[in-house]
Amino acid sequence: MESTVTVEPVSVSIENLYKSFGEQKVLRGVSFDVKPGEIFALMGPSGSGKSVLMRHLVALEQADEGEVLIGGEPADDPGTQGNIRTAMVFQAGALFNSMTVYDNLALYPREHRLYSETVIWEKVTSVMRALSIEGAGRKIPAELSGGMKKRVSVARAIIMEPQLILYDEPTSELDPILAATTTELIATIARETGATSLVVTHDRNLALSIADRMALLMDGKLVFRGTPDDLRNNNDPQVLEFMNPTIDPLNPRFRKQENDV
Amino acid sequence: MKALLELFEWIGSGVQMALKTMSYIPSLPRQWKRLLEQCLFMGYATVPLVAILSFFIGAVLALQIGYSIMDFGAKQYIGTIIGLSMVRELSPVMTAIMVTGRVGSAVTAELASMKVYQEVDALRTMNIPPERFLVLPRLAAIVLVIPVLLIVSVVTGWIGGQVVCEYVDWIDLSSDLYYNSLKSFIKIDDLTDGLIKAELFGVGILLISSHLGLRTSGGPREIGAAVTRAVVVCIIFVLIFDYFITNILI
Ligand SMILES: Nc1ncnc2c1ncn2[C@@H]1O[C@H](COP(=O)(O)OP(=O)(O)OP(=O)(O)O)[C@@H](O)[C@H]1O
Ligand SMILES: [Mg+2]
Repeated sequence: MESTVTVEPVSVSIENLYKSFGEQKVLRGVSFDVKPGEIFALMGPSGSGKSVLMRHLVALEQADEGEVLIGGEPADDPGTQGNIRTAMVFQAGALFNSMTVYDNLALYPREHRLYSETVIWEKVTSVMRALSIEGAGRKIPAELSGGMKKRVSVARAIIMEPQLILYDEPTSELDPILAATTTELIATIARETGATSLVVTHDRNLALSIADRMALLMDGKLVFRGTPDDLRNNNDPQVLEFMNPTIDPLNPRFRKQENDV
Repeated sequence: MKALLELFEWIGSGVQMALKTMSYIPSLPRQWKRLLEQCLFMGYATVPLVAILSFFIGAVLALQIGYSIMDFGAKQYIGTIIGLSMVRELSPVMTAIMVTGRVGSAVTAELASMKVYQEVDALRTMNIPPERFLVLPRLAAIVLVIPVLLIVSVVTGWIGGQVVCEYVDWIDLSSDLYYNSLKSFIKIDDLTDGLIKAELFGVGILLISSHLGLRTSGGPREIGAAVTRAVVVCIIFVLIFDYFITNILI
C-alpha cells in the first residue's frame, strides 16, 4: 500500500485469564504471549470464547482473574488505551450505521486530529483502493454486502495506524477468492506497518498460511500453542479432530455442553 | 430491596455519565457540526408541535378561566392568569413533555441501537468516549433549543388565549385589555423562573434518555423496551421534579 506508516509494534501477554458470565465459565485459565510484530492466530470452535477473549484486549470485558497486558501494561488501564493504538475488526463489523463509509473511515483521524482533511482523504482513498471498496465511499453501511462491510471494518482498523490489530473472523462471509485476498492483505499490513496482529478465525487456510504462531482454544482452555508446522505434526486427538477438514467443527460432538464445566 | 439497590446503582452510573459528559465541555467548539445537526433535528421535531399544542392550551385556559371568573366581573384578569400560568408552569411542562416524546425517545432509540450493534464498543476501541461524541452534542443542543421552545410555547399560548377572549361571545374581552393585564402583572422573574425550570427538565430528559440508551444490552428487542422505559421515566421525572423545583423557585 502507498503511504503506509510504520509503527512501533507491541507485545500481548495473557496470563491465566478467567472469565464467566453468570454460571457459564467461558475462559478457564488461558495464557499465551504474542511477540511484537508477530501474526498470531487463535482458532477454536464456535462459542469457545474467542471473541470474549479478544474483547479483554480492548477493555470491553473485565477479567475475573488473571492478567491481560499490552506492551507490558494492563489493557484496561486508561493510560494504556491512550498510549497504545489498538484497532479491532469486530466480528459483526460494528460500522457506524448513520455515517457514510467514508466518514466511518475518516472518523478516527478526524476525532484525534491526526491529519488535515486532504491527508485524511488521501489515506482513506488509498486504503479503500487496497481493499477494493473504492466505489463505496458515499454509501451507508446498510447498502453494503456482508463481505463489503467486513472489508470496510478492516479498512477502518488500518486507518488507525494501530500498533496492535485484532481481527475477529476477518474472512467469514467472504467468498474464497476474497478470503484469500484478505488473508494476503493481513500479512501485507503486518509486514509493511510492522504492527502486531492477533487473528481470531475458523479459517484454517488463513491461520496456517500467514500465522507465525497459533493457538487452539477449546472449552475455555488452550489445547495447543505453537507454529503452524507444530500443528500439522500434532497428534493430540482433540487437535486432529478440529483440524481435520472433513469433520464439521460445529458438530456438538466437538464441543462440550455449556453446562459441562 | 434488590430493586432499590438497582435504582441507586442506576442513579449512580447516571450521575457518573453526566459528570463525564460535562468534563468534555471544552471539546464542544470543535464539535459544532454535530451540535448544529442536533439543534436542527430537535428544533424541527418539536417547534411545530409545541406551537400547536400551546395555542390550544392557551385557548382552553381562556375558556375555563373566563367561565370561572365571569360572575365576579373579573374578566380583565384573564390575560394575567393565562400569562402567568403559561410562563411559570404550563409552557415548561408541555415543552418538556413534547421534548420527551420527540427528542428523548429518539435519543434513546439511536443510542440503544448503537449499543446493541456494538457501535459504542467500536467507539471505545477507537478511544472516542461516547460521552463526548454522542451525549455532549445532544445535551448542548437541548440547552440551546429549550429557550426557543419555551418562547414559542409562551407566545402561542398567549395568542391562543387572546383569540378566544376576543372572538368568543360570552367572554368578549378586547385584545388591548387582554395584553394590558398580561403586561402589567408579568415580571421578568416569571420568565427566568420558567426558563430555569424548562432547562432543568431538558437537561434531565436528555441525560435520562442517553443513559438508558447507552445501558441497553442484549438484542434488538431491547431497543424498543429502552425507548418505552425512557419515555415513562422522563415523564415521571418531569412531573415529580416540577413540584419540588416550583417549591424552590416560588
Ligand atoms: N455478554 C455476554 N453475556 C453472557 N454470555 C456471553 C456474553 N458474551 C459471550 N457470552 C457467551 O460466551 C461464550 C463464548 O462466546 P464468544 O462470542 O467468545 O464465542 P466465539 O468463540 O467467538 O464463537 P464464534 O466463533 O461463533 O464467534 C458463548 O457461549 C456466549 O454465549
Ligand atoms: Mg466470535
